[in-house]
Formats: sequence, structure tokens, C-alpha cells
Amino acid sequence: MNFLSDSWFLTLRVLRHLMRQPIFIALTLIQPIIWLGLYGQLFKRVVELPGFQTSSYISFLTPGVIIMSALFGAGWSGMGIILDLDRGVMDRFLIAPVSRPAIILGRLVYLAIVTLVQSLILFSMGFVLGARFAGGAPGLFVLLVAAISLSIPFGALSLAMALMVRKQESVIGAVNFILLPLTFMSPVFIASPLMPAWMVAAARFNPLNWAVQAGRLALAGNPDWPNILLKLAALWVFGLFAIWLATRAFRAYQRSA
Amino acid sequence: MSNSESSPLAIEVRGLSKTYKNSVKALDGLNLIVPSGSIFALLGPNGAGKSTTIKILTTLCRPDSGEARVAGIDVLREPQRVRRAIGCVAQKSGVDESCTGRENLTLQGQLHHLHGADLKQRVETLLSRFSLINAASRLASTYSGGMKRRLDIAMGLIHRPQVLFLDEPTTGLDPEARVELWEEIGRLSAEGLSILLTTHYLEEADRLAQNVAIIDRGRVVAEGTAESLKGELRGDSVEVELAEAASTEAISAALQNTVVVSDLRVSGKTVYARAEQGATAVPPMLVALEAAGVKVASVKVARPTLDDVYLRHTGKTIQQAEAQVNQ
Repeated sequence: MNFLSDSWFLTLRVLRHLMRQPIFIALTLIQPIIWLGLYGQLFKRVVELPGFQTSSYISFLTPGVIIMSALFGAGWSGMGIILDLDRGVMDRFLIAPVSRPAIILGRLVYLAIVTLVQSLILFSMGFVLGARFAGGAPGLFVLLVAAISLSIPFGALSLAMALMVRKQESVIGAVNFILLPLTFMSPVFIASPLMPAWMVAAARFNPLNWAVQAGRLALAGNPDWPNILLKLAALWVFGLFAIWLATRAFRAYQRSA
Repeated sequence: MSNSESSPLAIEVRGLSKTYKNSVKALDGLNLIVPSGSIFALLGPNGAGKSTTIKILTTLCRPDSGEARVAGIDVLREPQRVRRAIGCVAQKSGVDESCTGRENLTLQGQLHHLHGADLKQRVETLLSRFSLINAASRLASTYSGGMKRRLDIAMGLIHRPQVLFLDEPTTGLDPEARVELWEEIGRLSAEGLSILLTTHYLEEADRLAQNVAIIDRGRVVAEGTAESLKGELRGDSVEVELAEAASTEAISAALQNTVVVSDLRVSGKTVYARAEQGATAVPPMLVALEAAGVKVASVKVARPTLDDVYLRHTGKTIQQAEAQVNQ
């Protein structure tokens, strides 16, 4: 029981930080808004290429940008925990009889909430720009689940790395050197049939691809549910692995203290 | 609970050793007994092993060997129970600066599994006790150093611990805030709390603590009440400042057969010595030095201080030890 309440109190703490700095919410939204508003307009006619099964690029792009933003938001998770380590806040927690996994879980629950809100804002934005989906509410629901299911494993990996290297520079490096290539090796911006064959092959192992596909399939008319579930399940398995890794990293951090 | 409350010892440490990964030997067979209800000071320069001792006793890290009990509870076997019995104010403040004072305290209480009216009341009591009630709704980032430290102590006390650890509690505080904090620590002890504090300020240990242990290179080199430690030193300390640096040999040769001084040491331009009666030893000392052609700049006679105790047991002053570590 303490595990859950401890996690929730720690979640609230980080949420409070965010509410105090609403400018951060605005800053994290600037990039996706540029992708949707400018990039979406610039490449509007790309859907005329054979291979796109849609005639509206903004409808194609919106779920992709939502999933991509979930990925990048998750990547930054490690930054906060490094601040806690540097400022002695982590030691404070560790001296208290707080459940240790709750320290990790608190951050992941926070990430899930932020991802949810961010995804809803971007979805509304896409809607305003003209994105329409046959899949309706169930489609949106699956898209949100996919975004959160992608953010959890990458958030956990970011935490694990932060606990191991304890330098903000490394987190910044990882976000740029790992997440950006992952984004381009996926159908976020362009339909799979138009991607080079080797990239399509590589994308099969890209969790970002699983999440984008699950979201797009659910938002289409006549969703292929078994396929969607399979992709979500793959994300969950990956998520469990990443959380396990993060708790291992946390134990290693404690031993090294 | 009854087991720990009946324990007459707040802290029991036997043969604690710890070597860090970078092969720095932080603790080298440390032994320590801290009676309940008193203030105990670990005195030593930075790098002597004080912080490592606190980290082990507060379950933040594990020793390579040795045993430790806090409030009668084994630190290695039952860390979770120890955490309920202790409060700690680390050198690095654990205050979350992006939250208010009240939020910091409340979260700390929640993590100790207090809730409801009990938690609320405890938070308000501590805020007013530590004169933070007016600043309670302000972000901790706006607090002064003294306020932050008081909030830190309040956070360490939220769950009514039996043993409080204070790691260098007054470092970085201005003199006024320091004196205020000393008074508060004294009051906490009067209420029955056992307190282990580390300090490299001899004045602090002398003023606050009933018992003092001097730590040097990971071991306790002397232990006792401040008075008994000072009592081991015979007589007064005599400090002679020379106009020019001189060697111990030259000075002892000059003073031979003239005055009865003991523990003669020269460090740079300063001669340290002890005399049964400082006041009567000084005139013949000055005459002898002058006769040997040694120019004297100033003389100081003092009752023994913990500084002298430290010097005697480690062969260096705290400032010198500090300078060595910093190099």
C-alpha cells in the first residue's frame, strides 16, 4: 500500500514543479506545433505520391507528431532525477522509509499524466488544422494509450541512464543521438511504402513505429484490432523490461553511494 | 518499538571500515558509543570520515565491514526500521527549492506515512517552532541560508525521531544564524532527543556536546567529555608568534634549562607549548628566546581548548589538516 501512496506523493511533487513553471509546458509544445503547423503545410502535397492511402497529410501527420512528442518528453525524464541527486533531495527520500521503487514509479506516473495532456492538446491542434479520423473516440483512446505506452519505457530508460551516468549532458546527448534517428526510421512523417526497404526492415524493431502504427490503425475506419493489440502488447513488454532496468540502475546507484 | 526505546545507547558502532571505489579509505575500524539523550560531536577536518559515518548510520551506504546499531536497531539488517527512528540533516540540503516550506514538510511527513489531521498539526507545529510560519507559503528558493537550514531540521523531525543526525549543521551560516541554531539544538537535546553532530568547528563541539570524539583518518583518536579531553592536557597553552620562522630544534635548544614547558612544537612562525602556569612561564621564556637571538612578535596564553586536544592527538591543527585535504 505504501508503494502506491508513496508513488502518488512523489508524482504530485513533480506535477507541482510543472504547474509552477507553465512556461515549460508552452516550451515543450512549440516544437510539435511547428511540425504540425509549418511542416504539415510545407509537405501538404506529399500525399499525392503513390503509397499514401490518405488525401490529408495533416490527418496522417497528427498521430505521428503526437507519438513523437511522447517519445521526446520521455527522453528528458532523466534530467529531473539528476537535479534531485545534485541537490540532496534524493538522499532525503532515501533516508525516509519510502518504498524504493516508488521513487521510479512516481516519475513514470508523472510522465504518463504529462504525455496524456500533451497528446490531447496536440490532437485538438491537429483537429483545428483539419485532421479528421474515421476511427472516432475509440481511435483517439488507442492513440493516447499508445503514446503513454511508448513514453513509459523510454522514460524508464532515461531514468536508468541518468542514475548510471549522473550527468545532464549525457541525457541531452542521448535524446539527440538516439531519439532523433529513431524518429526518422519510422513512418512518423511519411508512409511506410515510400520508405527505403532497409529502413522499413529496421523500423520493425523500432518501438516508435509500433506506437505510431497502433495509433494510425485505430484512427482509421475498420481498425485491425488484433494487429493493434499485438503492437501495444509489444510496447508493454518493452516497458516492463525498461522498468526492470531502471530499478536495477537505482539499486546500483544506492550501492555506489 | 519498546526494544529501541529501552536501549540506553543511541548509537553503537564497532569496527566500521569503508573504502571507496577510488581506493580512498574513508573509515578504518571506527568505534563509537553514543549514550541516549545527549549531544555527541564527531570532530575532525573534512575528509576525516565524519560524513561517511553519518551515511552508514543513516542507511545511505553500507560499510565494507563492522557493525552499527542506531536506537538499538541493526543498521545493516533492518535499515527500514532504522529509517523510522532517525532524522537527518545532511550537509547538502535536502530541501526541494521548487516547493514551499509547507509543501516540503508535508511531503516529508507523507513519506514517513503520517497523514490527516496528525500530519497537518505536526507541520504547523514545526513551522512555528522554527519561525517559518510567515514564510511557509513561499518557495524555499527564496529562503535565506539560516531559514533553509531550519526547514531542513524541521523536515528531519517531522516523524518524531529518537536520534537526530546533523552533518555540519552550521557550515555556511552567518554568525548570528549559527548562534540561533546552537540554541535550538540545545533545546532539542533538552527535550530528550539524542543528537549526533559532526563539525570541524572546535568551538561548536565544545559549546554544544557533552561528549566528543576526535576523528582522524577514519578512526577515533580520542574520546570523552570536552572537559575530560581538555583535562588530559596539563596546564595552559602558550603560543608564541615569532618574527621569523624557526626550527623546533633551535627553539628547544634556546629554552633548555630555563623554563618548564612541555609538548613543544614549532610550526612556521608559531611556537606551541604547554606550561603548568602560563603566566609565570612566559617572562623567563621570552628572556631565553631573546638571549638566543629569536625575535618575538606576540605571545598568547590560554586555558586548554579542544583545538589543543586535536593538536595533541593528531599532531596538527584542524586548519592544517583541512589544508592537507584540500590539496
